[in-house]
Amino acid sequence: MCGIAGLIHRGKSSKVGHELQGMLQALKHRGEDSTGYALYGDTDGKNFIMRFKVGENVGEGSTSIAEDVSVYDERKKMVDNYLAEMGAKIVKEERTLPYSLRYEIQYDKKDLLEFSQKIESIPGVEILSMGKSLEVIKDLGNAKMVCDRYNLDKLVGTHAIGHARMATESGVDIKSAHPFWGYPFSDVSVVHNGQLTNYWNNRRALENKGMRFMSECDSELIAVYLAEKMRDGASLEEGMKESLTGLDGVFTYFVATKDSLGMAKDTMAAKPLVLYESDDLVAMGSEEIAIRSILPQEIDTYDPFDGEVKVWQI
Amino acid sequence: MANLKNVTKKTKAQAMGMHTEVLTGRTQQKFFNPDEAENFYYFGTYDVDFNKRTDLDVKDMTAAEANKEIDNLMGQGYGTIVIKNPQGKHSIGVGILNKLNLIFEGSLGYFGIGSCDGPTVRINGRVGWSCAENLMAGKVVIEKNAGSCFGAAIRGGDLICKGSVGARTGIDMKGGTIIIGGDAGAFTGFMMQRGRIIILGDVGINLGDSMYDGTIFVGGEIGSYGSDAVDAELTKSDQDWLKRKLKVAEIGENFDVSKMKKIVAGKKLWNYDNLEPTEKKGAI
Repeated sequence: MCGIAGLIHRGKSSKVGHELQGMLQALKHRGEDSTGYALYGDTDGKNFIMRFKVGENVGEGSTSIAEDVSVYDERKKMVDNYLAEMGAKIVKEERTLPYSLRYEIQYDKKDLLEFSQKIESIPGVEILSMGKSLEVIKDLGNAKMVCDRYNLDKLVGTHAIGHARMATESGVDIKSAHPFWGYPFSDVSVVHNGQLTNYWNNRRALENKGMRFMSECDSELIAVYLAEKMRDGASLEEGMKESLTGLDGVFTYFVATKDSLGMAKDTMAAKPLVLYESDDLVAMGSEEIAIRSILPQEIDTYDPFDGEVKVWQI
Repeated sequence: MANLKNVTKKTKAQAMGMHTEVLTGRTQQKFFNPDEAENFYYFGTYDVDFNKRTDLDVKDMTAAEANKEIDNLMGQGYGTIVIKNPQGKHSIGVGILNKLNLIFEGSLGYFGIGSCDGPTVRINGRVGWSCAENLMAGKVVIEKNAGSCFGAAIRGGDLICKGSVGARTGIDMKGGTIIIGGDAGAFTGFMMQRGRIIILGDVGINLGDSMYDGTIFVGGEIGSYGSDAVDAELTKSDQDWLKRKLKVAEIGENFDVSKMKKIVAGKKLWNYDNLEPTEKKGAI
């Protein structure tokens, strides 16, 4: 059934990695096949942060195969070479796990489409996120396991969204885990709870328009759908409102950008969402206990209505 | 207004907008003789003393532990139990089948007060999805908002939310009364079969979709009507009943009930007929 959670601090920063970990861990009964974080950290905004994987953590039902670390090393070398060819300079490099890497890079061009296509032309390589603030971290296991594995507890930032996944229509692996990056837009991420019933029709139409899909997970469609709307000039909120009729099925999803956080709920209101809103903090999740993990005191919360779209700025 | 003192019980009910049809078949099955009702007791019920009061802090308890402790306290004769720090936990206060004053100092998660018969419950907070599902009798008052499927499949009792509620309020309800002080979401009264829903605020799309029977009263705007939900005349007896109910419920006592809309089942979908789906579409 999956669980989603998100929060945005308005006018200040906080340990969003720690806070989101608490929220997602409270939702682990909704699914702990994999957990993903999209964290918007405090940065100087000069360099891009690229989170990418050069291999897969293969779980039950995955269509990927387990590979040797030497294969990962080869792919990493190819990524480094391609970055150099494109004039991107690696400022800082972290390799948390053999298949998972974080690069800070100097790259002056704004169009990330060509950049991403080049990097992802290497078989087995996927960019999980690209942005000046966004970092998408996702792996198998519950929220605490992933948080500990990637040392997310101390990350300071303004907002974050995350997902605790119970795999249903696709396998247990990183490529099917949420959040999804709004490829090729900098700092856009999406998490989703629900099922999209017009996935293939939309996917074929979007692929014909040049959009890229990395998994068979229906939730990826939302990220690509919104990215295509924004590519055509729509604002984030306009794209989200269009999605209420363009996407068929039941869904509640969150989308985040560098300076905003939004939610949308389908017209059937079939998927849960509880929301807390104050002047300096918005927190929301599939269940109230997610919010209680960071706000244990008595607070006023509510369920957004069917067909509701809301966007908050930092 | 019909003179309610001089009409038969059945006619009185019809004058108030209830039970205008006569059901036949399985729904008329008698499970026991009402005259012998006092001889029937649920297994695991208790005679409690309302003046015997205690607090129960469930902060560090699981739902199962909390429910078991409530059961223990009722077994000791406590008739008024105040639950501290529920903190949005799911499935607390369920399966209570005797009279009890149960007060929650905080909010509940999903499936709170489920499958109860008799308690009077006050929640000084909000509730998540499916609060008071299958309520048979008693009174449940929520001081703040409620999630979706509020009062799903209730058979009786009064369920009152002073704030707003999510989608599918009163889905499949078979009796009782649900009163909402604020707004209600989509598919309110979906497939309801009996009972009444009162909404003082606005209500979302597909109100009363596929309702078999029962009555919905709306004070605000209606997003849209569901399949087979139709307007009905708001009678004087309806208004009198609404005033009484809102007063007893301590909610909207001064609300102008004369401007409320009354929605009932059109009964074109009712009591499934022999029409093929294509024929039914034409009939509706």
